[in-house]
Amino acid sequence: MNINYRLLLLAFPLLAFFSSCSEYAATKSGPQALSGATDAASRTYVPPGSYDEFYLFTSGGFSGQVGVYGLPSGRLFRYIPVFSVDPEKAYGFAEETKPLLNTSHGFIPWDDAHHPKISQTDGIADGRWLFINGNNTPRIARIDLTTFETVETIEVPLSGGNHSSPYLTQGTEYVIAGTRFSVPIPQTDASSKDFADKFKGTLSFIKVDPKTGEMKIHFQVLMPGFDYDLSASGKGVSHGWTFFTSYNTEQQGTLKEIEASQNDKDYVVAINWQKAAELVDGGAGEDMPVTYYHNLMDESTQTAKSEVIKTVKVLDPSKHKGFVYFLPTPKSPHGMDVDPSGEYIVAGGKLSADLAVHSFSKMLKAIENKAIETEVYGIPVLKYEEVLGGTVKQGGLGPLHTEFDDAGNGYTSYFISSEIVKWKVGTWEVLDRIPTYYSIGHLCVPGGDTRKPWGKYVIALNKITKDRYLPTGPELTQSAQLYDITGEKMKLLLDFPTIGEPHYAQAIPANILMDKSKKVYRLDENNHPHVTKSEDQAKVVRKGNEVHVYMTTIRSHFTPDNIEGVKVGDEVYFHVTNLEQDWDVPHGFAVLGAQNSELLIMPGVTRTLKWEPKFVGNFPMYCTDFCSALHQEMQGYVRVSPAGSNTPIKYWTGVDNAPL
Amino acid sequence: MSTFSRILFVIAALLVGGIFLYPIWFIKLDAPQFPEGGLVMYIWVNKITGYTEHTLNNINILNHYIGMKKIEPDSIPELKIIPVVLMVIAALALLVAGLKKRSLMIVWVALFIIAGAVGIYDFYTWLYDYGHNLDPRAPIKVPGMSYQPPLLGVKWLLNFRAVSLPYAGSLFAALSILTGMIAIVYDYFFHRKKE
Repeated sequence: MNINYRLLLLAFPLLAFFSSCSEYAATKSGPQALSGATDAASRTYVPPGSYDEFYLFTSGGFSGQVGVYGLPSGRLFRYIPVFSVDPEKAYGFAEETKPLLNTSHGFIPWDDAHHPKISQTDGIADGRWLFINGNNTPRIARIDLTTFETVETIEVPLSGGNHSSPYLTQGTEYVIAGTRFSVPIPQTDASSKDFADKFKGTLSFIKVDPKTGEMKIHFQVLMPGFDYDLSASGKGVSHGWTFFTSYNTEQQGTLKEIEASQNDKDYVVAINWQKAAELVDGGAGEDMPVTYYHNLMDESTQTAKSEVIKTVKVLDPSKHKGFVYFLPTPKSPHGMDVDPSGEYIVAGGKLSADLAVHSFSKMLKAIENKAIETEVYGIPVLKYEEVLGGTVKQGGLGPLHTEFDDAGNGYTSYFISSEIVKWKVGTWEVLDRIPTYYSIGHLCVPGGDTRKPWGKYVIALNKITKDRYLPTGPELTQSAQLYDITGEKMKLLLDFPTIGEPHYAQAIPANILMDKSKKVYRLDENNHPHVTKSEDQAKVVRKGNEVHVYMTTIRSHFTPDNIEGVKVGDEVYFHVTNLEQDWDVPHGFAVLGAQNSELLIMPGVTRTLKWEPKFVGNFPMYCTDFCSALHQEMQGYVRVSPAGSNTPIKYWTGVDNAPL
Repeated sequence: MSTFSRILFVIAALLVGGIFLYPIWFIKLDAPQFPEGGLVMYIWVNKITGYTEHTLNNINILNHYIGMKKIEPDSIPELKIIPVVLMVIAALALLVAGLKKRSLMIVWVALFIIAGAVGIYDFYTWLYDYGHNLDPRAPIKVPGMSYQPPLLGVKWLLNFRAVSLPYAGSLFAALSILTGMIAIVYDYFFHRKKE
């Protein structure tokens, strides 16, 4: 059973050969040029004023954000701040959005975002919400796809490295989160030398309110201390089950590249979550003391609130049998994907040449027939041959992820051989292969993880770009590539740069989202505690050393635009309400010396900026978003008097209104 | 006065009611940065509305740059007077049908036409006032430029192409008058029994 190793050894000279080829090509005429470029250009050209066919949501990786692109043009429309602060949108800087980044470790202004997932109804992407994981300080966020704003974050307790996350069940009943780094549970002052004894993993099942989308941890399954890498939920016939890949079944805490690569087979974990939920609802499981944060943006008050939760229900499968099984799977499997029918469970054995595909119906039969090889930590390990549905043989090297089209084909990314391989579901025959530039990780077919893929394109999300773009110093752009999959042969159409490292991405037809896209927030529905709904309600109020400015913006002035009576040592809160009710008329607000950011305020919204003036003087404030012909005039002043002085609070807009 | 003409007068009265169901006029301001069909304002007999509930406010925001007065429906007395006038006209049509006096038909049609003409003239004076009576301290001042939208047709106002045309409500007014006229023609030329 060392064939995989031999293949790997074979691969390295091949890789060296290919890279020298591309070096040669680069010196001749830049990167490998695209043949049939005119045709590809016409396929990806979206004329000025026309719309793209799909939205593409890419994870921003270590930027902590989400990118929003159009397909087939590859144009970037927007990035959505999720786990990282964003001074442009005042995300994490405005008082209203700060709570979204609260965790049990305090305010965490950054995370590593990997897997965007569009909510589904009956196994089909519905475009209500986008979920994405924060890997480092385990969190999951929900983005509202009418506003493209982060509206909820929830911390995942008893987890380290929230990687196999956030994978949805077919009706968005649950968001699922597994831990890639097992940790002592409960957390204790333990050595990683005691990994096997003390370190454990958890697989979390987070309920999603079908109306509001609000997340709530229902239960966590306590697992042996492996690395739970990726996840996919069953659909159709396998609805009710969720599958995880695992590696490091060697249970080592150091030099994992060697130590965790020793076992010929690790496991795919199959969890019957419907059964687990029944057990929990029937009183099974124990309440474990934890501390985690749940942060929710209140649409009405436009303010996020944090809630601290102190307990979580933990279900131990060694005590409650019959809902967790291990399916032996070759060589540290990474990707976990289920075909549109729900029958085939594809595990990308990342150190292998072959792609193992388990059969859901065979798995059920194996469970029924008790085809059990052994038990690990009280969890039955099913016999490999009894669950294996097929193998895509010698597709390439290092299979990672698989998505599906609407014609019964699978598309698997092969990291080591840097290519996409197309194969037939059921016959496992390799139909086509095409190189990626370079080192593809995830890939995405629109709807390719759902029951009804839209097909048409596959998008490669690459780890390395090297010579594909103009160089920008040592740090190069990240990149995606668009391939046409409508014909028998895949065809490269377009390279386009992306923000962060695009781990995973999901695409959805534009018409599902664009009509639901919000244009303005209704001012009459703004229940912010510090809203100012008209200019005559604008005011400045002192409360001890806090000064609250109730300010409005409308083209092209602030009310008030002159403020006096602020003193050094005060905390000034600018509660700025944008009175506009027109599409695409945000106003910005910035004040000299603010140590946080600007505010960017959408029509009908109230946002608060805290300002602590350090010096005596008269400091300008101004609108940062070019709002109108008189935008340059949209400015004002805050007079700051010495600490202890008795300059009275005064405020005005317009010479006629200035106090005497 | 023939029964047929009397019926037509009842219909004419009902058609007056139709004027309340739709705007009588609309003014559309087109510019490239308003891709959703421009800024559209509807003038009803008793109110002024926009294509969306925010349109009127957005027009006012733009107008303040040239110093135009705010369009505030509550401060336009005509919007309270015109409905009463129309109700009186409808009542008079019924009265004519009831009194069965042929010549009153002519009086009614004449009255309605005069009322309509006065209304249109009044509308024109409002447009004139909005277009000319500008705040001298406005930020945008173009020498010799006034901003009176056309009463009927198309006119360029700086970056806006302004279109002004009657809307469905006016059609009801025209139909009502036409019905009155048919009643007269029928009665005088095709039904000469009495009188």
